[in-house]
Amino acid sequence: MKGGGFWSMGGYAQYVWPCFAFACTVLAWNLWAARRYHAEALLRAKRALAMNGE
Amino acid sequence: MWTWFYRLASPPHVYRTAALLTPWFMTAAAVAIGYGLIDGLVFAPPDYQQGDAYRIIYVHVPSAWMSLFCYTAMATAGAIGLIWRIKMAHAVAAATAPIGASFTLLALLTGSLWGKPMWGTYWAWDPRLTSELILLFLYIGVMSLRPAFEEPDRGDRAAALLAVVGVVNVPIIHFSVVWWNSLHQGATIVKLDKPSIELSMLWPLLSMGFGFMCFYGAVLCIRLRGEVLNRERRAGWVREAMKS
Repeated sequence: MKGGGFWSMGGYAQYVWPCFAFACTVLAWNLWAARRYHAEALLRAKRALAMNGE
Repeated sequence: MWTWFYRLASPPHVYRTAALLTPWFMTAAAVAIGYGLIDGLVFAPPDYQQGDAYRIIYVHVPSAWMSLFCYTAMATAGAIGLIWRIKMAHAVAAATAPIGASFTLLALLTGSLWGKPMWGTYWAWDPRLTSELILLFLYIGVMSLRPAFEEPDRGDRAAALLAVVGVVNVPIIHFSVVWWNSLHQGATIVKLDKPSIELSMLWPLLSMGFGFMCFYGAVLCIRLRGEVLNRERRAGWVREAMKS
């Protein structure tokens, strides 16, 4: 597949590209949310440690 | 012989192992998804009936596979937690639920976008689509049930029970296209006969499936570390880990 044909996806671009955009969004969200969840858990563990005066 | 099994129940072992596995899973996912995307979007030929619209298969099918795999993994972990009372099994189930729910949502969205040019509609109350939607509701139910209890142990058990009961939906989703009349096409790859898809189209699909599986592994490891910390933050080993 070359040039313009690639982006037009044989006339189905309006269906194909949003699917890949959704997939990228879902994968990126999963990574971001998991890292945030771990970071928040680390913070809570550190706070618990500080509250115990250790 | 059972030493490895007992070690899986140890929170510090799980925490450390998850940290070690994350970069390996992530690298494998990046390579497999990268190859699958390039081969599937650029080199695989168009379908003789669907033209280039079939390329949606490269995100739709792997996300649908993962929606079923994650649910089965969550129910299995829940059952292990219920039977052997292993806390780490409940942690795995809790970490898997949001990942599986997101894959299910992706399968429904991409299926809907594929349905419009092929069936003429974004949505139909078809057995495959409806049972997949029920799967999403089951994920949401499991995720909502766990924090609904004041005692975390009771929340874990209730969520595990719902996950185990709901696993009956997994074979229903898979065989829905066989048991009932469906707009959705029948099995193309996972069937007793050989796959009815051309090899140049199959390889990128398998690569994407493997990539999504590795991605799940990586995200599960990261979430699991957070889950273990949340459950064990007053444990001695966490205090030692935080100090070092």
